[in-house]
Amino acid sequence: MRALSWLYLAAAYGFIFLPVIVLVTFSFQDGRLPVPPFKGVTLRWYAEIFADDRLMSALLNSLVVALGSSLVAVTLGFLAAFALARYVLPGSAWMRGLIAAPLTVSYLVIGLGLLMLFNQIGLPRSLWTVGIGHVVINLPLCFAIIYASMGAQQDAAERAARDLGASTSQVLILVTAPMLAPSIFAAFFLSVTFSWDEFIIAFLLARFEVTLPVEIWNMLRSGLNPKTNAIGSVVFLISIALVIALEFTVFRRRK
Amino acid sequence: MHTTKTGWGLLAPALLWIVAFFTVPMALMVAVSLWSREKGKIVQTWDLGNYANFLEKSYFMQGLVNSLEITALVTIISVLLAYPLAWIIAEQVPARFRRLALILAILPFWTSYVVRSYSWLLVLGKGGIVNQTLLSIGLIAEPLEIASTRAATVIGFVHFFTMLLTLTIYANLVQLPPNYRRAAADLGASGLQTFRHVILPLTLPGIMVGAFLTFVLCIGDYITPQILGGNNELTLPQIIMLQIGRRADFPMASAIALILMSVVTVAYIACARWLRLERV
Repeated sequence: MRALSWLYLAAAYGFIFLPVIVLVTFSFQDGRLPVPPFKGVTLRWYAEIFADDRLMSALLNSLVVALGSSLVAVTLGFLAAFALARYVLPGSAWMRGLIAAPLTVSYLVIGLGLLMLFNQIGLPRSLWTVGIGHVVINLPLCFAIIYASMGAQQDAAERAARDLGASTSQVLILVTAPMLAPSIFAAFFLSVTFSWDEFIIAFLLARFEVTLPVEIWNMLRSGLNPKTNAIGSVVFLISIALVIALEFTVFRRRK
Repeated sequence: MHTTKTGWGLLAPALLWIVAFFTVPMALMVAVSLWSREKGKIVQTWDLGNYANFLEKSYFMQGLVNSLEITALVTIISVLLAYPLAWIIAEQVPARFRRLALILAILPFWTSYVVRSYSWLLVLGKGGIVNQTLLSIGLIAEPLEIASTRAATVIGFVHFFTMLLTLTIYANLVQLPPNYRRAAADLGASGLQTFRHVILPLTLPGIMVGAFLTFVLCIGDYITPQILGGNNELTLPQIIMLQIGRRADFPMASAIALILMSVVTVAYIACARWLRLERV
């Protein structure tokens, strides 16, 4: 049983890591095709991606859209969670349902709807419209995460602050937000990774300036290319670094 | 209690955003699906022509069938692969390494979505690792056509969703009190009986949530079938993109998108009783 377990574990890890290993290995391929045989190690493709203006500006665009849209999503989600957790509002169950609704619809459908809306009202496609779309997909997530972590403990502290004369905005900024910092940060981080990696909405709603996944998609049209391996490896490395950083800061502290 | 007015004020921005950029586009989509595209122009016909068209043309119906078959296959295979993996990590791996084992199992989750499909193309393509290996050990004489087939799409999807399901099932397994297993053993149940009558029923909610997530994400995905499956067997998302891109037929695209949404809704209703998320 034990041996069988280890065998299964090894096979599963093999399957899970196979594409990543192939991706990273052949990003160093000294040749034009990222497939075997492996012809030797070169850093040429990494040099090429860092010299590629389109790719680098796409990377920057992705970063700006991810950070900007996540900031909006987490702020709106936080305020809405606070309102629904702390105030008695008529129809609050419906409001929760409405805010969570985009979670049940695929990104393609959300993107298509927004594309038609922007066409109707004559709003030109740009990174701004991509950002609007990314807030739509991330706001429900931020709301859900922050709402779930609002407990009685914060409520008591908020009441105490109010009794001492704090205004609503002071309570929000000085009491609630710091107490909920781990879940606010987790919501923000998840939101950034989703936006950073999102393809279909960015593809439908961007025009001249594109985000990184869309630019990588454009590169795929020219077929297999070690340059695509290189940019893919760089993106992977950045994500891994973020996850490890998060593991050692936020989640470690919460335990 | 604090004033209700402030509450509405705090809620308003989020609510307005969702209404303006989600509810309104969805309503617009329903309206547009009742229009049609005639001689290159969008006409507000207000009829069910696009839906009738969908049901009549085998091109569209085959897309629906392809989507459903691929999604069902992916969901089943992923659950079957992920369950043992989650179980081994939760039960067999020493506690010290458990978290590390779990993080490793979902690490490639963080590769970019587009890049992940591309990586499988490298593995499965004509000159890829799989074909080269099989050729060199003499198992096959000609390279297999794996890329641009349904098999490639399914492999790419299974890879992604096995990681996702391992996470949800693991979360469920570690919450089970060890006493249950001991109690079953004390009452004379064998390992297999304990699994069938105790562990499996208790982890069913986690499986169902994961399976539902898999279903929803898989059936709505464009990238994986487009990169790995190619254009031989189209799925609904691919057909929607073709309607938008090649033909600018927004009415037809809207109708198909709404059909896709209703399929997901049916699936949700079908497994609603297992999906109470707070139980996971």
